[in-house]
Amino acid sequence: MRSFVIFVFLKIKLILKFYKMGLKIIVLAKQVPDTRNVGKDAMKADGTVNRAALPAIFNPEDLNALEQALRLKDKYKGSTVTVLTMGPGRAADIIREGLFRGADDGYLLTDRAFAGSDTLATSYAISCAIRKIKSFDLIMAGRQAIDGDTAQVGPQVAEKLNLPQITYAEEILKAEKGKILVKRRLERGVETVEGPLPCVVTVNGSAAPCRPRAAKLLMKYKHAKTMSEKQSQSEDYIDMSTDRPYLNIAEWSVNDVETDDKWLGLTGSPTKVKKIENVVFQAKESKVLSDSDKDIEELMRELILNHTIG
Amino acid sequence: MANFFTDNTDLLFHLQHPLMKKIVALKERDFEDKDKFDYAPMDFEDAMDSYEKVLEIVGEICGDIVAPNAESVDAEGPKIVNNEVIYAKGTQENLDALVKAGLMGITLPRKYEGLNFPIVPYIMAADIVSRADAGFVNIWGLQDCAETINEFASEDQKERFLPRISNGETAAMDLTEPDAGSDLQAVQLKATYNEKDGKWYLNGVKRFITNGDGHVSLVLARSEAGTTDGRGLSMFIYDRNHKKVTIRRIENKMGIKGSPTCELVFKDAPAELVGQTRMGLIKYVMALMNGARLGIGAQSVGISEAAYREALAYAEERKQFGKTIIEFPAVYELLATMKARLDASRTLLYETSRYVDIYKSYMHISEERQLTKEERADMKYYQRLADFFTPLLKGMTSEYCNQLAYDSLQIHGGSGFMKDYPIERIYRDARITTIYEGTTQLQVVAAIRGVTTGSYLDRIREFEAMAIKPELHGFRRTLIGMTEEYEKAVRQVMEVKDNEYLDFHARRLVEMAGHIIMGYLLLLDTERDDKFRTSTEIYVRMGRSENRARAEYIANCTIDDLGFFKPAQ
Repeated sequence: MRSFVIFVFLKIKLILKFYKMGLKIIVLAKQVPDTRNVGKDAMKADGTVNRAALPAIFNPEDLNALEQALRLKDKYKGSTVTVLTMGPGRAADIIREGLFRGADDGYLLTDRAFAGSDTLATSYAISCAIRKIKSFDLIMAGRQAIDGDTAQVGPQVAEKLNLPQITYAEEILKAEKGKILVKRRLERGVETVEGPLPCVVTVNGSAAPCRPRAAKLLMKYKHAKTMSEKQSQSEDYIDMSTDRPYLNIAEWSVNDVETDDKWLGLTGSPTKVKKIENVVFQAKESKVLSDSDKDIEELMRELILNHTIG
Repeated sequence: MANFFTDNTDLLFHLQHPLMKKIVALKERDFEDKDKFDYAPMDFEDAMDSYEKVLEIVGEICGDIVAPNAESVDAEGPKIVNNEVIYAKGTQENLDALVKAGLMGITLPRKYEGLNFPIVPYIMAADIVSRADAGFVNIWGLQDCAETINEFASEDQKERFLPRISNGETAAMDLTEPDAGSDLQAVQLKATYNEKDGKWYLNGVKRFITNGDGHVSLVLARSEAGTTDGRGLSMFIYDRNHKKVTIRRIENKMGIKGSPTCELVFKDAPAELVGQTRMGLIKYVMALMNGARLGIGAQSVGISEAAYREALAYAEERKQFGKTIIEFPAVYELLATMKARLDASRTLLYETSRYVDIYKSYMHISEERQLTKEERADMKYYQRLADFFTPLLKGMTSEYCNQLAYDSLQIHGGSGFMKDYPIERIYRDARITTIYEGTTQLQVVAAIRGVTTGSYLDRIREFEAMAIKPELHGFRRTLIGMTEEYEKAVRQVMEVKDNEYLDFHARRLVEMAGHIIMGYLLLLDTERDDKFRTSTEIYVRMGRSENRARAEYIANCTIDDLGFFKPAQ
């Protein structure tokens, strides 16, 4: 009897923990060159992406992941959303974009030592940063980035942290009592799966689009800066961050996270680009459509919009 | 993936007008909110940066969501389900996006959870939204009503209603009735005061009410039994949560089909009095209408922008006789003229908005402290300008937007007459702008006083005295010539001392003043940025010949000639 009471008590405590404390969610986001509208100079002669010629944007599917995280935050009071990104100094833009949409804080992982990382080295560095953040219930990321299209970093992070992973998520239905219920979008149909928390979830582009930047949050956080940005900034608003700690974006170098140098950057990247070929598509891009009303409507809309019909 | 703010650099140009320094200082009261609200600006540059960044959000939502939805919204329209208005799916999506982005109480003070933006960036947002979907701006733009509540309601009412609007509730202004359209003095809807519970109750019918099922409605009603004119009317707030209004029907309109135009039946609907009784029409509705007319100016400019872009894109693509049609003089003249009218409309829109901004800020400051003598004089000066420029703006830009829509459709040829291109919808949407919030003919009735009192002329003289580069002096000489001709025409009409004769020529005189004023505004824009030179060149040239035609008509149409036009007795 006594043990039963204790058990119930513990269970209530556990439930309370999830209700009261909310979820701690980390969203992995990447700043990518906008490859959706590329011009002639999109690639360099050596076959790598010419980042200077393309506008830097928030990777689209990472925005889908952010939206799912923010929805959980809306649903479970007391939840927090942290954006984690790795990249050059200007990738701090990604953290600010997250803050404008409702994220609570963010970390920029930036160091020359990370330069040239392939997916293996990237996921290693990110997993070390997550270990350093320590407490979390859920890690979310976009399915893949539009520059490399590998879809490897999310799953690799899960492996390195020894966490279960759910990929191709379209909607998080529930995340409570230590469990998560996720609707996955597969090639033919959907599948709803349950998994334990904490875990890693990668979100598909078919998930709800991300909410717009909110005017008040934008005005609140537009002066949020990393230390390097503040140091290179000569104008006003630098002192603001003393009174307003939320304006400091955490910036971590290789020294801030416990890493082993041999797994980092070019040294830690077994992937080598051997050859780049210019491929001209013979067949037009194809698309699988179902006979559902939604797909037909979507197709009609597209054809009308590009004036194929009419 | 379009951004309707950043893809149109003319907007940023108007946002960065030198007078903004004064406007921001007045609106922000020396930035007193900066330590009270985490989103308040620190200084002028910070405020301007915020306006620009927030307008980028508006531009993004309009480019990515509102514009792509416009066609389906036009086809689907709103409907009534269980006495509730259900918007078209696209309308609801648009609204949700703007609410999530926090763009509903743009001009409201921060203590009511608004953004405390001046009118200029708000009107710019309306300009952008109108380009994306002219019907949708009616629902979103009814946040104007909140401005009227902020001006005239009690503190308690402001605290209860304004945050609701800032957080996304919509509004409506219930003025028109079956027998009270242009003539609002004839409003019949009855407001009765119940001594027992100390509340007002509304009974009667309202017609043609845009967004009639909005959460918060401002209702014009007859509170003084037995009266028949405007002095017996008062203004009330009706809260939809009371559920005492029946939505009898939604009108099936020619254009702006996404915007629900409702017929409402009030049956013992509890309501709250705004301000004092008997001031409803003569004070509050006048203020409300002026705000709404500025809004129609923005809507007209946005529609003009959309019409021009559609025409340009089509003319650059369409080939006939072996070349693109834009290469033919008949087409490129139309396009260049459209652009000139568009630029002229937009510069008048922001000039008028700046006047409104300055005097309204003074008005709100005067509620907190006494204004100095200089401040009072400054307020009066800008209020007068706002009063005369608002009807001029509404009248001229709405007529121009119809002209632009007409010309744009013409450039599309037969394809424009089909449902396949957006211009067909834009053409229908444009048509209402010269009608609602007072027809062009009624704008002339308000604007003619700017002619007879010499107010337009005073402002024209001020424009004339402003410093411009030597190479622009030629334009000024032309405008001075046009001014002399205008003065002469005004004298000819005024000397007759007959009101009917003045009314007969009023529109001609107002338009003459309008051409000169817009010519000067374009000239001053060119002084700041040479990209407006072509439009100035075309507009001043066109204005000169149009004014000559009007002067000629006035000179050759005496009071005795009115008989030819009058209906047979």
